[in-house]
Amino acid sequence: MTAYLLKRLAISLATLVLASIVVFAVLEILPGDPARLMLGMNASADQVELLRNQMGLNAPLLLRYLHWAGGLLSLDFGRSYTYSVPVIDLVRERLAVSLPLALIALALSTVIAIPVGLFSASRRGRAGDTISMGAAQLGVAVPNFWFALMLIYVFAVWLRLVPAGGFPGWSAGIWPALKSLLLPAVALALPQAAILARVTRSALIEVLNEDYIRTARAKGLPYRAVLWRHALRNAMIPVLTILGLQFAFLLAGTIIIENVFYLPGLGRLVFQAITQRDLIVVESVVMLLVAAVIAVNLVVDLSYAVVDPRLRSRQ
Amino acid sequence: MSLLEIENLSLTIGDTQILKGMELSVAPGEVMGLVGESGSGKSMTALTVMRLLPYAARASGRVSFDGIDILAATEDQMCALRGDDVGMVFQEPMTALNPVKTIGEQVAEGIRWHTKATRAGAEERARRMLDRVGLPQAKFPLSRYPHELSGGQRQRVVIAIACALKPKLLIADEPTTALDVVLQAQILDLLRDLVAESRMGLLLISHDLAVVTEMADRITILRRGEVMEAGDTARTLSEQLHPYTRQLAQASTHVPARARPHDTSQGKPLLQVEGVTRDYPGRRTSLFKRAVPIRAVDDVSLSMQPGQSVALVGRSGCGKSTLARMILALDKPSSGAIRFRGETTTGKSEAELKPARRDMQVVFQDPYGSFDPRQKVEKLVAEPLHVLDKKPTRAERREMVAHALHEVGLDQRDMDKYPHEFSGGQRQRLSIARAIITRPKLVVADEPVSALDVSIRAQILDLFAELNQKLGIAYLFITHDLTVARAITDQVLVMHDGKIVERGKTNEVLDHPQSEAAKALVAAAPDLHRAIARRMQEQG
Repeated sequence: MTAYLLKRLAISLATLVLASIVVFAVLEILPGDPARLMLGMNASADQVELLRNQMGLNAPLLLRYLHWAGGLLSLDFGRSYTYSVPVIDLVRERLAVSLPLALIALALSTVIAIPVGLFSASRRGRAGDTISMGAAQLGVAVPNFWFALMLIYVFAVWLRLVPAGGFPGWSAGIWPALKSLLLPAVALALPQAAILARVTRSALIEVLNEDYIRTARAKGLPYRAVLWRHALRNAMIPVLTILGLQFAFLLAGTIIIENVFYLPGLGRLVFQAITQRDLIVVESVVMLLVAAVIAVNLVVDLSYAVVDPRLRSRQ
Repeated sequence: MSLLEIENLSLTIGDTQILKGMELSVAPGEVMGLVGESGSGKSMTALTVMRLLPYAARASGRVSFDGIDILAATEDQMCALRGDDVGMVFQEPMTALNPVKTIGEQVAEGIRWHTKATRAGAEERARRMLDRVGLPQAKFPLSRYPHELSGGQRQRVVIAIACALKPKLLIADEPTTALDVVLQAQILDLLRDLVAESRMGLLLISHDLAVVTEMADRITILRRGEVMEAGDTARTLSEQLHPYTRQLAQASTHVPARARPHDTSQGKPLLQVEGVTRDYPGRRTSLFKRAVPIRAVDDVSLSMQPGQSVALVGRSGCGKSTLARMILALDKPSSGAIRFRGETTTGKSEAELKPARRDMQVVFQDPYGSFDPRQKVEKLVAEPLHVLDKKPTRAERREMVAHALHEVGLDQRDMDKYPHEFSGGQRQRLSIARAIITRPKLVVADEPVSALDVSIRAQILDLFAELNQKLGIAYLFITHDLTVARAITDQVLVMHDGKIVERGKTNEVLDHPQSEAAKALVAAAPDLHRAIARRMQEQG
């Protein structure tokens, strides 16, 4: 187990270093001089040169990479060209929205998908299965912004239970903040849950054909107990894989939903930074997401080992 | 009073009739053997008693167990019976246990479910049961996972699960088919003891007449869902009144007619294996220590003459298949040399191996798993032709495939069919056709008949013998089944722990084994005639 853990950790670190090199290199290759961008078109060549020296842009490539990577490690991401504030402050502010949103959506998706998958698999080919898988098909097909609009219409406009958009900030209290994240989380979770339910169902159906399910039935366990005790855990591996991918998506891929609900999330930050050529922000957020995805993958790999003892003893 | 009474049981799945007017009974303390070929409905009979039939199955007739009408019982009643009064052991021990649960959990689970015992109480009973089936605490604590056990050990766990609550009836569906003969003998002994201990009824299902004869008091012979003959084992099998019984008995002891092999001691050997060793990297126990390699094949030397038929016998895990893979140049020896037709094959590139590949082919055990189900027979059988120097034209290819199919007794029109349209025996003919299409000098056959029913296996053995005579192909048969070795080979090599421990003429070695390993194999091998004789003697 320790060997497995150490190996996974080492691979994750190596991936992170490699990704940082790629991100750094891409931004080096991209045309455009940050110093000139900051000073504007009218600046003289001397002024630009001065700023370049100040920003350390004239140092050798390797040195600049190390400086940048070192900055990342100490959470010093540099200053945004457009907002003129430390990037870390921007990111922190946005993460306070995006991270809870992603976690709530992920939890919702799991809580919906796994029971639906179990239900469907246990009634394979019968009406209940057809109906829930039809609903799941719809969930995959319908875009999440449409869900979002419907949710706003029903819960915000009609029932007036939650605000239609915006984010009051955590300083306004936990409940008001959570309330404004609820609808977006549901809108994000529904399509994810639909995918996850289908994956859960097919993984379960495969497992239910295994010999050990018959052994468990021959012990006298009722079908339902076999499903929960024997089938579910064996079907978890594909489900965990999809969950990991979904978390990465939910962190960064939520720009449409953020726009629908006027949420100041990470997705909107990146979008704005790209349109304004605020490359240092783009660079930092990309690195942050890379780190998050790698961390999630590490967690997924470790949870494989928790679920399946065969992975623990192998290396 | 019978424990289990099956009367006029009929079973259909969809439109297919599986059982027709089936009759069978088991008394307490009695071993009933249920024999039949694949598809005869043996397993479905067992699943009917357990009421674990597929969703689409419909049963009619009467099945009563201990006074309970099984076919009319509610699911709750059945759950109370299963695992408590009726236990079941399955054929495939490798997949019968849940890989993510410890053996302790799996044995204790049924105990807890039925007796409402505490976790500790159930685990203690599970511990005693595992001790009883030969898995002692010291080496097999409850915290072991199935993947840490071998096939035979896993089957012991399955038996422990089935017998944990001292059932009145145990159903064992081919419990030893997937195991080698020595393990088979051990598991059969264990079952026999468990029956004697608690007067448990045992319904033993097998396609192996010899195994059933050794174990069963009475026997029921099933064919295509109908009972052909039933009665006392010794009498049924010694009198062989029913033609099907006779057919089965003859097929299971079938020896193909073979002309005596020509004197092959002269001339250049076809295959020479010299001091071959194969090490696999072992598991690391610590980050700082080098892993100790596992020696699968240990300094093996052998030689084969053209046209010679040699058996390589040994228990599972003894290194037979690793050796065969090296002979086929599919794996590289760690040391030693292999020469085929006088040329070294070790350390050659794929391109250099091409001529050698043409002259050696392989037949695998599983006729179901060794074909791509989406390809037509023509393409499947023609597969080895890519090792020819000149690519044959389509017409030439069809001609060669037709010829090969003809030689294995199939019709040339079969080449436009898909594998699922063939029965198991026909599929094994297809793999033989595939093996001989390049006119090889050597065919390596890895347990080529162990997945087949006795009558089909007799036909396939005949086919092997015929091709050996007609085409002069040398065979290396890898098997743990001594009847196969005896039926079809001239020479035998006995392998144990990676070494060849005994070699010689097949009959001499099998009649008078010298090494411990060979003696164990011979003693454990079920033999129909010997079993009948012993039964007759016991009954006087």
